[in-house]
Amino acid sequence: MGWTRKILRVDLSNGTCKSEPLNMEWAQQYLGQRGLATKYFVEEVDPKVDPLAPANKLIMATGPLTGTPASTGGRYSVITKGALTGAIACSNSGGYFGAELKFAGWDMVIFEGKSAKPVYLSIEDDKVELRDAAHLWGKTVWQTEEIIKKSHQDPQVRVCSIGRAGENGVMYACIVNDLHRAAGRSGVGTVMGSKNLKAVAVRGTKGAGAIKNPKAFMQAAAAAKKVLVDNAVTGQGLPTFGTQVLMNVINEMGALPTRNHRDVQFESARKISAEAMAEKRPTDGKSHLVTNAACFGCTIACGRISKIDETHFSVVNKPQYWGASGGLEYEAAWALGAANGVGDLEALQYANLICNEDGFDPITFGATVAAAMELYDLGILSKEQIGLEAPFGSAQALVALAEMLVKGEGFGKDLALGSARMCAKYGRPELSMGVKQQEFPAYDSRGIQGMGLAYATSNRGACHLRGYTVASEVLGIPVKTDPLVTEGKADLVKAFQDATSVFDSAGVCVFTTFAWSLADLQPQLDAACDGDWTMEKLTLVGERIWNMERLFNNAAGFTAKDDDLPPRLKTEPAKTGPAKGLVNGIDKMRPEYYKARGWNPEGVPSKETRARLGL
Amino acid sequence: MQKSLHIDPNKCTGCLQCEMACSFENYGVFNISKSRIKVFDFEHAGRKVPYTCTQCAEAWCMAACPVDAIRIDAATGAKVVHAYTCVGCKVCTIACPFGTINYVADSGKVQKCDLCGGDPACATACPTGAITYVDADWTGLDKMRQWAGKTDTQPRASAA
Repeated sequence: MGWTRKILRVDLSNGTCKSEPLNMEWAQQYLGQRGLATKYFVEEVDPKVDPLAPANKLIMATGPLTGTPASTGGRYSVITKGALTGAIACSNSGGYFGAELKFAGWDMVIFEGKSAKPVYLSIEDDKVELRDAAHLWGKTVWQTEEIIKKSHQDPQVRVCSIGRAGENGVMYACIVNDLHRAAGRSGVGTVMGSKNLKAVAVRGTKGAGAIKNPKAFMQAAAAAKKVLVDNAVTGQGLPTFGTQVLMNVINEMGALPTRNHRDVQFESARKISAEAMAEKRPTDGKSHLVTNAACFGCTIACGRISKIDETHFSVVNKPQYWGASGGLEYEAAWALGAANGVGDLEALQYANLICNEDGFDPITFGATVAAAMELYDLGILSKEQIGLEAPFGSAQALVALAEMLVKGEGFGKDLALGSARMCAKYGRPELSMGVKQQEFPAYDSRGIQGMGLAYATSNRGACHLRGYTVASEVLGIPVKTDPLVTEGKADLVKAFQDATSVFDSAGVCVFTTFAWSLADLQPQLDAACDGDWTMEKLTLVGERIWNMERLFNNAAGFTAKDDDLPPRLKTEPAKTGPAKGLVNGIDKMRPEYYKARGWNPEGVPSKETRARLGL
Repeated sequence: MQKSLHIDPNKCTGCLQCEMACSFENYGVFNISKSRIKVFDFEHAGRKVPYTCTQCAEAWCMAACPVDAIRIDAATGAKVVHAYTCVGCKVCTIACPFGTINYVADSGKVQKCDLCGGDPACATACPTGAITYVDADWTGLDKMRQWAGKTDTQPRASAA
C-alpha cells in the first residue's frame, strides 16, 4: 500500500468534485507524487495547450511515504504545464500541507477547467466542496491562511494558496503553504490563479495507515534516520547553518553568479551568509536567525526562522514583518543578493518575506531584477522607465521593485514577465540568464561544469533540483568529481536526474540525498508499498519518469536547441577564482548526454529507449 | 525509580515525529489527529512547543472521574484511562487545568498520555532530544546545570 488509492478530481468549470480510484498499474510504474501525477497529466493534457487556458490541468500530489514517519515524509508536488516555461512543471513543497492531504485520504487532487468566479477547495476527509473565495481574492497568502483558519474554526486546518502575484498573472507565482513553504518554480501559482482557484484548505483525520509491513517499515525508517544523523551535511551542516552553509563555499569556488552572471564571486558574500545570520546585529544586539525548523517528519531541520531588524529602512512602521518568519535560504539569499550585487542581509530578508507573503519565486524574481539592473547599467532602461535608479547593488531598488511587483504597478508589470520575456521586450534576449525561460539558481556553470548540463537538460527549465551535481562536484557526494572539467558529467547528470526522479516521487525531500542513496530509500518504499520495490525497479522508474517528462516537452515543441545556455556562459570566461578563464562546455557535454540517455541527436528518446522503459 | 517525560521546547523543530509515534503506538496508524502529545506552533515567536500530560501527583482528572475510570499505573505512576469503564462524561476534561486529557468522538471515551507503559514512543521518536524520559526527581537537572554554568564567581574568567 503506501497509497490511499483515492484521487480527487475537481472540475472547476462545473463546480464538481468526485472521487476516483487510483490507477494502481500506473502506481507500480511511476511510484507517486512527481512520477505518478505526471503520468496522469501527460495522459490527459494536450502538450500544446496554452498553460493559462482552462484546458491545462493542475495536480497536487503526495507520495507513498508522505504522512509516514519516514524522515522528511511530508512532501507534496504540484504538476502542471508551467506558465513561465511552457514545459512540464513539477514544484515540490514541504511544510505540513502534503501530509495533511494524505491524512484526509487523498493521494492527489486533479484540478481541471476554470471557475467562473474565485473559489477555494475545502477538504475535511471525505467531505469536499468548492467554496466562494470572493472575500479571499486580493488577499495575501498570510491573510488567506488566517481568514480560512478562523472561518473554519480550526487552527489545525492546513492551507496552500496563491497571493496577489498568482492572481495578477505574475509569470512566476508560487503556491505557498504553511506561511512560508512553497511549490516555488515555473509559475505553478500563475496556473492556479488562471483557474480562479485561490486556495486549498485541508484537514485530515484518517491518517496514513496503509503501510504494507509496519514493523519492517519502522525498522527501515529508523535505520535511514540514523544515516542522516551520522552524516556531516544532514546531521550537522544543514541543521546548524541551513542551506546557507553554501554561500561562502560556492563563492570561494568562483561559482557564485554575481550581477547577472557578469562575475562569479561576490565581494559581499560573507555579509549575506549563514555566518552573518548568526551574528549579533549592532542595531539591536540580536542575531537575524532565531532558530532552525523542520517540515513535517523531517529529522534534518534545515529551515531558517529569522527576525528582521525592526530599524531597517524596509520595515520601519511595518510591524507585520517584525515577527519570526521563514528565511533566508541559500537560493533566495543568492537570487535577491549576489545576483543583484546587494549585500544588505535585512533587505534580502524583506524581499524574501514579500515573496512568501504574496507568493512569487524569489529565484526568478531576483534574477529578473538582476537583468533589469543590467539593462539599466547599459542605458537600455532609464530611471524614468523603472521609476527609480536601479544600479547593481542597490538595496533600495530591490525593496522598491518587490513592492512594485506585488502592486502590479509601473515597471512591476515588466518584472512580472520574468527575465526572458522582459529582456526580449527590450531587445536584449541574451541577457536573460536561464534555460527554457526559467532563471538559473545559485551555481555558476563556468565553475561547476556539470550544472551547465543539468540546467540545459532539466525538464522544467533551469533548476538545481533536477540533477544536483553540486553534491558530487563540490561536496564529494557520492564521489568527488572535478568541477572544472566536462569529462564524465553526462553520466553523472543522468544518474542524478534519474535518482532524483525517484526521491521526488516517493514523498521525501531531495535533501536526504546528501546522505541517502537510492539504497537507503529502497527498504522504506519496499516495506511501505504494495509490490516488490527492488533497486532495479526503482532505477528503471526514475529513468522512465525522466523520459516521460522529456517526451511531453518534445511534443510541446522543445528541441535540442532549447537544451542550451545563454551566450554569456559559453563565451564570456569567468573573471576570477578557480574557474578563471573557463566557459561552460555545454556543446561538448550535450551530445554525450543524449548518447548516455539513448536519445537521438535531436534530443528525442529513441524507439529502443522508449521500448526499454515501456513508454 | 519513577520516571517522567521532560520537555525542552528550545530543542523542538516541529517535525511531529512524536505525534506520529504516539498515534502508531496507540492506534497502529500514523495519524497525528489521534496523538496524545501535541506540538504547538507559535509562528511569530519562532517557537514550537510539545505538550502533553505531566502525570500530576495530585491528579484532578482522576479525582473528578465519577466512575473511577482513571487509575494509577503502579509501575510508572501514569494516570491511565480504562476505556471499558470510561463513560465519556468529559468531567475530567473540565477538571484538568492543562487540557491534556481529551474527548475522542470516534470512541466516545477520553484519552490521555499513559507513558506507553514505561517506554514512551514520543521520546524514542524525538530526533533532537526535545522530549526525554528521565528520573522524575531530576526533571530540572539539565536546566540547573545550564544555569550553574553561567554562575560566574570570578568575573574575569570565562565560564567554560
